[in-house]
Amino acid sequence: MKAFLCAMVGLVVITVGANLVLDQLPFSSADVSESKANVRLDD
Amino acid sequence: MLRLLAVFALVIGMMAPAYAQDDNGISRAQTGGAQTLDDILKRQDNQRVDDEFRRNATGDPDAGAPTDAPLGTRGGQSDAEMWRGVRFDSADIRSQQRGPAATTLIQDGGMWWLKFREGPLLIYGAALLGGTLLLLAIFYAFRGRIEIEGEKTGRTFTRFSDIERFGHWLLAGSFLVLGITGLISLFGRKVLIPVFGHDAFSALAVVTKWIHNNISWAFMLALIIVFVFWVIHNIPNRKDLVWLMRGGGIFGGGHPPATKFNAGQKIVFWAVIVLGTSISVSGLSLLFPFEFNIFGHTFATLNDFGVMGWVGLDPLPYPLAPQEEMQFAQLWHAVISLVLTAIIFAHIYLGTVGMEGAFDAMGTGEVEETWAREHHSLWVEEIENAKAKQQSKET
Repeated sequence: MKAFLCAMVGLVVITVGANLVLDQLPFSSADVSESKANVRLDD
Repeated sequence: MLRLLAVFALVIGMMAPAYAQDDNGISRAQTGGAQTLDDILKRQDNQRVDDEFRRNATGDPDAGAPTDAPLGTRGGQSDAEMWRGVRFDSADIRSQQRGPAATTLIQDGGMWWLKFREGPLLIYGAALLGGTLLLLAIFYAFRGRIEIEGEKTGRTFTRFSDIERFGHWLLAGSFLVLGITGLISLFGRKVLIPVFGHDAFSALAVVTKWIHNNISWAFMLALIIVFVFWVIHNIPNRKDLVWLMRGGGIFGGGHPPATKFNAGQKIVFWAVIVLGTSISVSGLSLLFPFEFNIFGHTFATLNDFGVMGWVGLDPLPYPLAPQEEMQFAQLWHAVISLVLTAIIFAHIYLGTVGMEGAFDAMGTGEVEETWAREHHSLWVEEIENAKAKQQSKET
């Protein structure tokens, strides 16, 4: 039971931690499929 | 006479459309390079259509007469020819956007992927999971629970340590969550939106996507843990053949001898490792779009060996547009996940309701001695031999 509970806690920690780490990476999946580079919003 | 002529004209008039429908004798050259009725019928029947006549009809910009010459053209390429180049990805396109797929303006393979993803993938996927559950229910109805046959001793053997069980539950927990969130993503548009509506599904999809993407790291870590701890016990040997030939005891009665992991468990182990790794790699390629192009290279290698020809199929498409890489990754990820889920259904069944005493192995880590002797007799022998050796050393 202890191993099961530790695994569940580990699951939550890894999931939240992974998101925090991935947010820090200089990579955005949105940026590779869309861009404002050739869109004029102010004209 | 006039009436006779009118009837004759009517008959001829009615024959004309029928004649037009029958184009078996008409080659593409006679149509001026356009598609034939045969092409249209093939496309409607989801058959492969030879599109070389359009794919390659993209004009030649250098062939046009100079614009300053008498009767000069504006280039050797018509609008239709230019758009064919765009459609079949052979046009020289430049873009201000620097994304990997920026210069693919039309992706011709996208419709095939969408139709497959919304049709056969969902139908066969649901049939696979539903069929597996049905088979397990039928098996349970006929065979019932596999009980411990001998008298229970109350003594136990330690089957799995804390860290092994931690790895197993990390893998099991993450897989279940990934399975549920994956099924919501896969079936959501067809099944959940009609029931709950777009707004509710949108909120659900955002949450499930977040969980699916982030919990995948726990799955990959757990996959490494169970591989490291159990690979040594899961190397196939000759005794596994005996176990398999007796169906683990279904044929011939009794319990065939097995080490710590019997042949059935070894199959589950290798299925989890191989399919789990494949799901992880395709998942990473979806998590980081366009960064890992694995399918184009794989298809090219398979084509080099002529693998598809061995089963009478056409070579696999190559090269692939960046979007096609993602589409194949999505299909592969979903198909392999569905297959592994079906296997895990059987594993969960045998580890819980299907067999008395089996859950203790992962629950407390301690298993009843009689259960161990019945299902893993060679493993018990190994433990007892090791104990005897240890005792003789001490004395």
